[in-house]
Amino acid sequence: MRRLRQLALLLALALFGPALLAQDLLPVPPLSGRVIDQTGTLSGAQRDAMSAKLAGFEAASGPQIVVLLVPTTQPEDIAAYAQRVGEAWKIGRREVGDGLLIVVAKNDRRVNIQTAKALEGAVPDLAARQIIDNAIRPAFRADDYAGGLNAAIDQLVARIQGEALPEPARGAAPSNWPGGWQPMELLIFAFVALPVVAGVTRRIFGRGLGSLASGGATGVVAWLVSGSLILAAIGVVIGLLFGLFAGASNLLRSSGRHGGGFGSGGWSGGGGWGGGGGGGFSSGGGGDFGGGGASGNW
Amino acid sequence: MSTTARRLAVWTASFAGALALSGCGYNQFQTLDEQVKAGWSEVLNQYQRRADLIPNIVATVKGEADFEQGTLTRVIEARSKATSIQATPELINDPAAFNRFQQAQGELSSALSRLMVVVEQYPNLKTNQGFQDLRVQLEGTENRITVARNRYIKAVAEYNVLARQFPTNLTAMLFSYEVKPSFTVANEAQISAPPTVSFDKAATPAAAASK
Repeated sequence: MRRLRQLALLLALALFGPALLAQDLLPVPPLSGRVIDQTGTLSGAQRDAMSAKLAGFEAASGPQIVVLLVPTTQPEDIAAYAQRVGEAWKIGRREVGDGLLIVVAKNDRRVNIQTAKALEGAVPDLAARQIIDNAIRPAFRADDYAGGLNAAIDQLVARIQGEALPEPARGAAPSNWPGGWQPMELLIFAFVALPVVAGVTRRIFGRGLGSLASGGATGVVAWLVSGSLILAAIGVVIGLLFGLFAGASNLLRSSGRHGGGFGSGGWSGGGGWGGGGGGGFSSGGGGDFGGGGASGNW
Repeated sequence: MSTTARRLAVWTASFAGALALSGCGYNQFQTLDEQVKAGWSEVLNQYQRRADLIPNIVATVKGEADFEQGTLTRVIEARSKATSIQATPELINDPAAFNRFQQAQGELSSALSRLMVVVEQYPNLKTNQGFQDLRVQLEGTENRITVARNRYIKAVAEYNVLARQFPTNLTAMLFSYEVKPSFTVANEAQISAPPTVSFDKAATPAAAASK
């Protein structure tokens, strides 16, 4: 009987132990803004001013800087926590990866500056430490948290501006391959599955309508899997071509009157696109935080 | 109609063939293998960075008169031992060499952390700006090593899962892709034992260092 109870205890431990252990670590908060204050230290006006400053810097130069204030990072060291936050948020432009994170653990009296790899040259560990020592520590000791953070941001901005980073992109669509689709798989799809689809639709709708249908369908699929207008357009063109040319025997009897349908059918495939750039702040998703930066206390 | 049906069959077959080819995971093996290699290079990169820092730290500490020599020699010896192992990308395919490398780096880590504790007892070093700068750099490097090791462990886990799962394990067998070694802690037994706390005698440098 006792053995059974021991076994049950062991089982319970095995089942819930990891969950309990995981609960010990502070969760990474959602990236809700450029200045996230969980301690209520900054006034609303101070927070807004700081956010505006960071937003202005991002608009002018590109790098994303986020300030996070938490009460404590226990049981983790602040560097480990900040690293985890950086890895989860991935702030920094997608192509450049220029993100910077300032974490303040108020009750621990610890502060950490984490630099993404792209900014390790502009803000080396020593510079981060000096900024903590010279700008943050004296102000924080005098309970002037906003002042210290603002001074630190100014110094960081001055350093980053000395670095030759690419200009911020203006309204360009992201050109990656989301959804895990590799170009190779898309190619296989385009050249293997498509003719099958084209053949079927052509048989059902006839050649003209069928090619339009397969073109439109390809566009929609391309848009769905990639989220990119350009890819959708390419898909439409490929789909149309397959629709038109799949049966070469019928081609000889074709007339050119479906040329007009080319454009309209093509672009309707990508017509629903437009959810790219939002107005609010979101992570660029490119920041690779590799442990660069420095910690300090006050 | 019959030609269309035949064409359809051909296309379907080639589509299925392409699917089967990408389903056997060959391409995925190549991707993950490169990821593991890249992760390993980053680990080596950061270890090298640490090895490059140590001579400066040693030189600065040596400037301090009557510094505890034992600690310093341990760091120097551990460094020369760690750097004597040829750290090549091929290490990840040789578990024995991998273990040796890991052990040497682990010894260097513990020698360094002990040095940093002992240094606390020398007020001159604590106020020496040059030494404090080196210390910040060492701290950043240790953080980078941790991150690089974590990423390597994740990359290896992904690779090993692919190499052992069905049906991709058949591909692994066919091309003899072996399971890759990963990092473990060197002193597993030591850290899983509960610490012994004793207040019997006054704290000595050795006791302070071993906490």
